[in-house]
Amino acid sequence: MSNPDDNDSRNTDNNVSDEHLPSEQGHGEVAPADDPFADPGLPPHEHRRQDIDERAAKRSERTVALLFTVSMLATIGFIASYVAIPIDKIVYIWPFGHISGLNFALGLTLGLALFCIGAGAVHWARTLMSDEEMVDERHPIQAAPEVKAQVLADFAAGTKESQFGRRKLVRTTLFGALALVPLSGVVLLRDLGPLPGDKLRHSKWKAGSLIINENTMQPLRPEDITVGSLTQAMPEGLDPHDHDFLVEIAKAAVMLVRLEPKDIKDPKSAEWGHEGILCFSKICTHIGCPATLYEQQTHHALCPCHQSTFDLADGARVLFGPAGHPLPQLRITVNDDGYLEALGDFEEPPGPSFWERG
Amino acid sequence: MSTATKTAEAPEASSSRGKAPAGERIADWADGRLGIYSLAKANLRKIFPDHWSFLLGEVCLYAFIILIATGVYLTLFFVPSMAEVEYHGSYGPMNGVLMSEAYASTLDISFEVRGGLLVRQIHHWAALIFVVGIFMHMMRVFFTGAFRKPREINWVFGFLLFVLALVTGLTGYSLPDDLLSGVGIRFMEGAILSVPIVGTYLQMFVFGGEFPGTDIIPRFFIAHVLLLPGIMAALVVAHLILIVYHKHTHYAGPGRKNTNVVGYPLFPVYMAKAGGFFFLVFGVITIIAATTTINGVWVLGPYRPDQITSNAQPDWYLGFSEGLVRMMPGWEWVIPGGYTLNFGLLVPLAVFPTMLMVIALYPFFENWVTKDRREHHIAERPRNAPTRTAFGVAWISWYLVALVAGGNDVIALKFDLSINTITWICRVSFFVLPVLVFWATRRVCLGLQRRDKEKVLHGRESGVIKKLPHGEFIEVHEPLSREQLHTLTAHDQYRPAELPPATDENGVRNKVGLIEKLRVKVSRGYFGESGQIAKPTAEEYREITEGHGHH
Ligand code: HEM
Ligand code: FES
Repeated sequence: MSNPDDNDSRNTDNNVSDEHLPSEQGHGEVAPADDPFADPGLPPHEHRRQDIDERAAKRSERTVALLFTVSMLATIGFIASYVAIPIDKIVYIWPFGHISGLNFALGLTLGLALFCIGAGAVHWARTLMSDEEMVDERHPIQAAPEVKAQVLADFAAGTKESQFGRRKLVRTTLFGALALVPLSGVVLLRDLGPLPGDKLRHSKWKAGSLIINENTMQPLRPEDITVGSLTQAMPEGLDPHDHDFLVEIAKAAVMLVRLEPKDIKDPKSAEWGHEGILCFSKICTHIGCPATLYEQQTHHALCPCHQSTFDLADGARVLFGPAGHPLPQLRITVNDDGYLEALGDFEEPPGPSFWERG
Repeated sequence: MSTATKTAEAPEASSSRGKAPAGERIADWADGRLGIYSLAKANLRKIFPDHWSFLLGEVCLYAFIILIATGVYLTLFFVPSMAEVEYHGSYGPMNGVLMSEAYASTLDISFEVRGGLLVRQIHHWAALIFVVGIFMHMMRVFFTGAFRKPREINWVFGFLLFVLALVTGLTGYSLPDDLLSGVGIRFMEGAILSVPIVGTYLQMFVFGGEFPGTDIIPRFFIAHVLLLPGIMAALVVAHLILIVYHKHTHYAGPGRKNTNVVGYPLFPVYMAKAGGFFFLVFGVITIIAATTTINGVWVLGPYRPDQITSNAQPDWYLGFSEGLVRMMPGWEWVIPGGYTLNFGLLVPLAVFPTMLMVIALYPFFENWVTKDRREHHIAERPRNAPTRTAFGVAWISWYLVALVAGGNDVIALKFDLSINTITWICRVSFFVLPVLVFWATRRVCLGLQRRDKEKVLHGRESGVIKKLPHGEFIEVHEPLSREQLHTLTAHDQYRPAELPPATDENGVRNKVGLIEKLRVKVSRGYFGESGQIAKPTAEEYREITEGHGHH
């Protein structure tokens, strides 16, 4: 024991050290007899009514028994409700509104059955069981010096017998083996998923994809997009029944708006659209919620998740909020049949940013 | 019959006419194999102190038990699969909608299984109460200094339980695969993607491919129902064993010393109260579940990455991480080489664990300041440790700012303010409010200490006004009882640390490291004149009380 501060064992009787920093500890110290603040000791026990008046005790007994009986009745009520109330019955109960009758009845009866057991037990403990406070002594946790010396000696003996310190080769190779063996476990994790490759860069959009209205599932024409509205769409060839539909829609979902060409501040953005119809990824570049709350006067698209606001009239620039870059725009045109179509995939990956995004 | 058997039977034979009662025989049987009598001798009448604030830990324990019981029931019906199905169940509005089996089975639990909805609601309410309980319990331990030696390890165990409870809540919230839980998972995906260098790899490995894929719910399921609860159960047991081993702290009072524990015996009083309290907690949660719908997954429909609702909010306990994200400006840098650093997510992602670590490591910081190596079994009153208390309250205010920021849209709607304004208020408050709160709390604590001192020296104001012979009015002060005097003066007061003299007695210069200098400074802040009010001494008391007698 070289640490001078480590002085618990010197004065283990009352766990109080003679540490110089803190002032003396008020409790457990033998105080001078005339100390006005000395611990007067546990106050004498005061009897409750139930301790001296058998009638009061009897009343408590009856209360406890009543609570336990109510609990039994409530359990019977639970079973009865389970059998009797149809699961789809909706009832109006003030102030909760229209709620499931079965849920309400089961919950109330079960809750009552449980609560009454608890209330009974607590009442019993408080009024009938002894309320005389008792004292346990504490004992210091730190081992006595002899015990510690014994353990250290045992440990030294064991180490010596193992020759662990002497046989360096055994020791080093053991550490090596133990360090390497978890690698197998790490390797086994490799097949948790595929490598990213360029998966995040591509979506279902390609040159010539028709733009399908999500509500009608019909390809969109320029006339369908009116000023002031926001149309949600996806590429053709994407079927909600496909097994990878959610993965694809998570990247390919777009929204179309029509602005007065003179309102479009970003010429490149105007050029990528068709007669004021602009098509943006609707996946927020923050963490990927659909940013589809559209304010038609200001041409702002707001993401409801963390309120990133994009100016669709200005290349979907971020006006406010935690998103770090604009919504990618999809280049569109009109084909010979008069339908809107994509001129290619997004040039930037849609959705939240990532290390390799650039 | 051999002699050996005879001796074995001897105690029974000698015990009296006839056999011992059945219960005793079973106990004997168990004792011969498990040594239960020795165990019971040490613990049956173990003393537990009684105080309302000690019930908070029990609330956590009972919520945990309720969560496991209701959770097991839910696994009987829940299908942790993201395979797509078309819904044809009894919930009309969803008829024909494509959804994952996870979502469909959650609808079935709610509408097809009798009592299934109730169990779901109990489970979710219990989860909320569990986390609230842990939080309050942790604060109770913090503000009473119950983390001091020898309980630091139990503090750490508890803290791990807190973190695990958050993660378990998050994974559970994600399972039903409704619109809200999907948004939560998307949040996680975005956060993982923002990790420099390995982000995309991590994302692919966690999700088994691109978002959302079909693996994440089965994976979360196994974490939520087996891995995390298993670790938590082990930690809860360790936590409880340490509580029994250390014996619970108690508050200062007559007869309550650092060397004893005063309260009621485990059997029967504590058992009845604690056992009863379990039923009370369970009963109350059940009644709440019966009357107040929580997480009505049927309202918004299944998750689709291209659909959203406004007011998407996580459960309250993760609201503060949400707030950190909302407060952060969208800083995104493309560094040379064409790589993206997304500080908008990276910073909150770093601040979140830092905020938790700050509170987790505080006990070790305080111990570094006091260098106190004694055992402490008296729970302190918060006012008697003003700096610690101020630190804790400041931390809570910090947490609350982030929580409020997490609900900025809700608040904007309620109070008709712009989200922009609220976000800026939160950003400023995040840095300023904790400082103000720290300062204010310390002053309040010192004020309360002064009041205690007044009370000890001059007695309690009795409310009785007396007219002195010369016409002056005074309020009669009642002297405190010996019990009260002791209780109000029993607390420890540290002296501030001092630098050793510049030279020692031999004239050799004492070298003091920078860290030690810092420690002395901090210690002065804690225990110097500005940090605590010296408690009244016996001399002061005598001077005043005897002085009164002479006048
Ligand atoms: C699953 C979560 C938890 C459960 C079930 C739990 C349970 C309990 C119970 C039943 C007690 C005794 C009663 C009481 O003092 O309230 C206790 C004491 C204690 N808990 Fe926890 N707790 C949990 C989380 C925590 C956390 C998050 C912390 C702190 C980071 C913590 C630190 C402590 C300490 C230091 C004690 C000893 C208190 C004393 O002796 O005064 N616990 N815990
Ligand atoms: S996901 Fe759009 S702001 Fe966060």
